[in-house]
Amino acid sequence: MKIAVCVKQIPDPATPYELDPGTNFVARPDDQVLDDTDRYGVEVGLQLVEEIGEDATLTLVSMSPSGTLQGIRQALAMGADRAIIIDDGSLRGADALTTAKVLAAALKEDGFDLVIAGTESTDGYAGVMPQQLAELLDVPSLSFARKVERDGDKIRVERQTQAGYNVVEASLPALLTVTSGVVEPRYPNFKGIMQAKKKPVETKTCADLGVEPVSQQIIQSVEPIPARQAGEIVEDEGEGYLKIVAKLEEAKVI
Amino acid sequence: MRGTALRFELADEHESFRKVVRDFAEAEIAPQAARWDETGAFPVATVRKMGELGLFGLPFPEDVGGIGGDFTSLCVAIEEIGRVDQSMGITLEAGVGLGINPIFNYGSAEQKERLLPDLLSGNALAGFGLTEAEAGSDAGATKTKAVLDGDEWVINGSKAFITNAGTELTSVVTITARTNENEISSIIVPAGTEGFTVEPAYKKMGWHASDTRGLVFEDCRVPAENLLGTRGRGFHQFLATLDDGRIAIAALALGLAQACLDVSVDYAKTRQAFGRPIGANQGVAFQCADLKVMVDAARMLTYRAAALKDAGRPIKQAAAVAKLYASEAAVSASRIATQIYGGAGFMESSPVARFYRDAKILEIGEGTSEIQRLVISRGLGLPVL
Repeated sequence: MKIAVCVKQIPDPATPYELDPGTNFVARPDDQVLDDTDRYGVEVGLQLVEEIGEDATLTLVSMSPSGTLQGIRQALAMGADRAIIIDDGSLRGADALTTAKVLAAALKEDGFDLVIAGTESTDGYAGVMPQQLAELLDVPSLSFARKVERDGDKIRVERQTQAGYNVVEASLPALLTVTSGVVEPRYPNFKGIMQAKKKPVETKTCADLGVEPVSQQIIQSVEPIPARQAGEIVEDEGEGYLKIVAKLEEAKVI
Repeated sequence: MRGTALRFELADEHESFRKVVRDFAEAEIAPQAARWDETGAFPVATVRKMGELGLFGLPFPEDVGGIGGDFTSLCVAIEEIGRVDQSMGITLEAGVGLGINPIFNYGSAEQKERLLPDLLSGNALAGFGLTEAEAGSDAGATKTKAVLDGDEWVINGSKAFITNAGTELTSVVTITARTNENEISSIIVPAGTEGFTVEPAYKKMGWHASDTRGLVFEDCRVPAENLLGTRGRGFHQFLATLDDGRIAIAALALGLAQACLDVSVDYAKTRQAFGRPIGANQGVAFQCADLKVMVDAARMLTYRAAALKDAGRPIKQAAAVAKLYASEAAVSASRIATQIYGGAGFMESSPVARFYRDAKILEIGEGTSEIQRLVISRGLGLPVL
């Protein structure tokens, strides 16, 4: 079984993001890290590979300036077998649909039985790319999986909903997106880190894949998030909890 | 001709590994360190997680179940764990340096095959029973006796201050014992052997979550084949074991000094007094500068010694220099950090109070500062007493 996990290298979220003033694109340093939400997809993929045994492989697929490959190496150190990176200057600032088209071309070329992705990236937060990708690959999309099970050539997931979960099943090939609660991602160990340096990383361009990127999205302007307002203090005269409950209901958290 | 330049940075894979261990330490250990310190509970589940991360198998080859890393990678791990929690740092250091090393270096094929897989994966811990109440720096004065009776050793005596000796993961303790008037040998004693009593945990000034026990042997019988290595070579074995351990203790001390630097600089930037951050006062700023110098120097000495070890070069002097300097730097650093924190630093709720209590033992354990100076001065060719 050939499992592909879509991963993204992003600027370290611990440091403030900088935008290119001309284009409003996020400035991408050479040293990018693995998007934290992608560690869950990689872990789900690795667990499936371990369950299936020698016939299974895990390939990372990423559209990203390669840079030092730090983020990709993180995922390889966890245990992925190889990586395909689409690194092309013309993809700078690509929108979600363009990303989906590029990844679809790479996945079709390389072949796959199951594609795993996170629900959304931590730098872009569009949250639509995986479904676009499933459509372009013409495979079923199982989204927001909080539990993943393989049953022969079928994949079954518990799909997180607001009220609980649905059980959804599909035949392979398929695509699934995983939520961050789905598994506890492993830490790479030192052996994994050393091996990661030797694992194959193929770099491709749009021309290699025969795709022509046309981004439809233009960022008109960017506004900073308004500074947080001071909170409201509720005096408790015995029934303070009712006011707190009302506030929480108003905020639609309960 | 271009010479080979000294390298002052670790390799990429060591730095990548440092990031992983730091993430692990921040997520799995740091949030609980103060609580473990308060209760003195040994966190078995966390030690197992350190095992899953491969920390106990780091410097050992893959054919015995190790990770195939090097000594430097072990020092990185000990430094990073020690930066958030010295108790877990020493648990790792002693687990590898004192627990596994003697068995790996001197064990028979059968002993290694039986014991190493669980020890290297962190499913089990081994203790190293060398010190006695009246045999510390003078470890050659060991009184514990082992007499061969048929095909069994009969052990009588006691050991003091033994790390990792009484945890629920402890599988064996390797002890040194007099097997003749003039010979000391090492013997492996499985946990739970009749006649082998592990005393209740000591109440210590620091390292509260690290397991430290006294051991008592009363007609304790183990099979003759539990002898570790050659009979009569016990003294030589533990001296060599302690040389390696010194570098690892230096790494542990470095972690503590680095933590003191980190929290002191943060506090000096944010704590306000007289309408400005206290770090605006040179009295505080210069103390931070001194901390930085200590940390840099301790780092260079520690990783130089580790690099020599990895290169298979003699380490006796370099290990003693690193251990002496880094442990004394750690004690000074914890004192300075506590002073910068002021009254808050005297409170157990501050991070520095725990480091202050944890630092002192670094100048004592695995060779006191005085023993390090003895080793160094002998290495300079000065007359031996």
